[in-house]
Amino acid sequence: MSTSSGAEPVGAVPVLAVTGIVKTYGATHALRGVDVMFYAGQVHAIVGENGAGKSTLTRIITGATIAGAGQILMDGKPVNMRAPLDGQRMGIRMVHQHHTLTLNLSVTENILLGRLPRARPGWIDWGAAHLRAAAILDELGYASIGVRRLAHSLTAAQRQIVEVAKAVSVEPRVLIMDEPTAALAHEDIERLFGFVRRLRERGTSIIYISHRLDEIFRIADRVTVLRDGAVTGSLETAATDKASLVRMMVGRPLEDLYPPPRAWRSAKVALSVRGLARDGAFEDVCFDVGEGEIVGMYGLIGSGRTEIARCLYGADRATAGEVNWSGTPHVARSPREALSAGIALLTEDRLGDGLVRGMSICDNATLASLPAVSRCGVLNRTRQRQRAEHQVRALDIRPTDIDRDVATLSGGNQQKVVLAKCLLTKARLLILDEPTHGVDIGAKRDIYQVIAKLVDEGMSVILISSDLPEVIGMSDRVLVMREGRLVGEFGRALATEEALLASASGLSDGRSNKL
Amino acid sequence: MKTVLDRWTLWLECRPSWRALMPVICFLAVLLVGALFADALFTERNASNLMRQTVANGLIALGMLVVILTGGIDLSVGAVVALGGVLFAGLADQLGIAPALALAVLAGVVAGVVNGTIISRFNLQPFIVTLATMGVIRGVVYIYTESPISPAHPSFRELGATMVGPVSLGMLIMLACYGCVSFFLNRTTTGRATVAIGGNSEAVRLAGINVQSTVTTAYAISGGLSAFSGAILVSRLGIAQPSLGFAYELDAIAACVIGGAILGGGGGSVIGTLFGVFTLGIINNLLNLLDVKSFYQDIVKGAVIIFAVLLLARSKRP
Repeated sequence: MSTSSGAEPVGAVPVLAVTGIVKTYGATHALRGVDVMFYAGQVHAIVGENGAGKSTLTRIITGATIAGAGQILMDGKPVNMRAPLDGQRMGIRMVHQHHTLTLNLSVTENILLGRLPRARPGWIDWGAAHLRAAAILDELGYASIGVRRLAHSLTAAQRQIVEVAKAVSVEPRVLIMDEPTAALAHEDIERLFGFVRRLRERGTSIIYISHRLDEIFRIADRVTVLRDGAVTGSLETAATDKASLVRMMVGRPLEDLYPPPRAWRSAKVALSVRGLARDGAFEDVCFDVGEGEIVGMYGLIGSGRTEIARCLYGADRATAGEVNWSGTPHVARSPREALSAGIALLTEDRLGDGLVRGMSICDNATLASLPAVSRCGVLNRTRQRQRAEHQVRALDIRPTDIDRDVATLSGGNQQKVVLAKCLLTKARLLILDEPTHGVDIGAKRDIYQVIAKLVDEGMSVILISSDLPEVIGMSDRVLVMREGRLVGEFGRALATEEALLASASGLSDGRSNKL
Repeated sequence: MKTVLDRWTLWLECRPSWRALMPVICFLAVLLVGALFADALFTERNASNLMRQTVANGLIALGMLVVILTGGIDLSVGAVVALGGVLFAGLADQLGIAPALALAVLAGVVAGVVNGTIISRFNLQPFIVTLATMGVIRGVVYIYTESPISPAHPSFRELGATMVGPVSLGMLIMLACYGCVSFFLNRTTTGRATVAIGGNSEAVRLAGINVQSTVTTAYAISGGLSAFSGAILVSRLGIAQPSLGFAYELDAIAACVIGGAILGGGGGSVIGTLFGVFTLGIINNLLNLLDVKSFYQDIVKGAVIIFAVLLLARSKRP
């Protein structure tokens, strides 16, 4: 590859190499001929937009997915990867982005699952097991996590650490880390990086996947950029910078992804939240949302953002606080009440609680507005289909056939169907929780344009996102959450990636930046 | 303007899935076996017998389908059949046929509402709840009568025994119920919500739909249809035993499964269930005609169900 130079030890054989990897899902090309080499004692970052093919590549490397074409080589020899067990046998381990812990088992059992030490055949040596697990956690710098505790009693950050411990419980030759810092605060990230560096010194090859470009420049020796399933660059981190990585990732300057910044002036307050709290999730949250305003909400996973959204929507109950909506006190006790008051929520997990798989685009898009297309409980099919078709055109959902099962759609189009469902409710406050998670860049821009058009028409939007450029590019104002509290508020001018990240991870006190 | 060719390709593109065709194939296969091994299957007398025997399971399976679509299961249907049957027979002499029938069906609906309310209000497992209410309802039936009831009302047997031309009255009623439930599931808001809950109940709740009342409605439909089935059954037999309907839930679930329904929700159709009911009915009838002993019949039925589920499982995309 022309762009690769210098980083690999001269003459060394890569621990792991993939060549010509192709993977297609139906008509979608997830990977189109990817070549990457991973060396021992190197941290190799893989970056790319959502849908660029990063997770497909890691799934193929671990054996969870079988490639359509191409080769995987370990120490220069082709290997046959048919199942996750094959990958594990060869010393390839992965720290998953989505939690894989068994919540009703102890920390020890989770870390050593399938490899619990035996005293006699069939008898588990619990003493030795707890000691082993504690030793692994100690090496990670987290001796404080009790190994006998059940996994469900751990915080999001502690669970993430246990995930790492699980992956390194057998000394791995190749360790894949998928967004390992998403749930971690600043000092935890530092400790994790210390551990990663120690692993590297011991000769482990580390594949590091992250959206946070700053981290990549701090920890990675090499970075490979994927776009639309192809490698657009593979180079030493020292030889590049953020701007050129972004260009390789999105294929164009970032600016035209977001609608042009507008001079939004605070007019009428639409939503006003005072002292809102929910036990164990967040407390004392106060903020306003103006009519036609986009308020961004940024924070690490588990910081309480999603829980606030669910309380405003009535999906969960708040334990304290007041909410004023359109000038009247508003406590949504159920999603039904929120919807009739004109508040809609797009949830972060479209497959978990957004879509009904097995049902059509039409059924899904109109699910939250069935009363509007029926009389006395009997559906007016023509009206229902007209409305769905209108949204399919407005949001450019493909395929346009509204009878298609939503399970067959791509992530971006599925997300648009969920958005269509929210829009058909005629809401005036739209709460969007990770609206572009796992969505390709084209769909992303479509969604941004729709949001921009809606706020121009007077819709208020709360935009919850972990995607820093998105929060900054879209919001008129950004709120930052940390550990269940609102810790910062930034106007458009002051909302930079550095400032938001520092505030969210507790590095600086966001209140001092308050407008 | 669409040419004939266009229409043909259109049809090919939206051809029914394997899961939808499977019940029809099963039905035809069983019919073929019947034609080969039992000439008596197609005699007029046997056909009318078959129709009358199929009605009971047909109504129960229809209610079961609605419950299965929500992701639940109703094990109490057999006991509700007995409840409907003994109430209809017990009240027919005092109140007359129509009021007795109405009360019997109402009792079934109430049983269903109780089931559905406990399940949806407290978020309990339908299997456990209906297993418990199955015992409770059977107990109530035995308290109501320990001995068989045989009413003297002259038109008591009309509901189950009347023939309308070549078709039994019960069969016509059953088919009408299939039409109504099909309309309910496809064309009403509650019906669409019922189907959606089995696919993703949290998404339905967040769409502002009352999941509790929708689930309760499903169990009420199941209870009402089961009690109705019990009334038709005792009318055909002329006598109401408190032990009526024992283990009927198994045949009802089997008919739904053969008809392509997915236990746990997310799949199933009215027309598929209808074919499932007929398939099972013919198998029962065939085994009787071939003089197979009843315990061998159970073995054959069990094997057929496993076979059907295997075929369906293989049809899933990898």
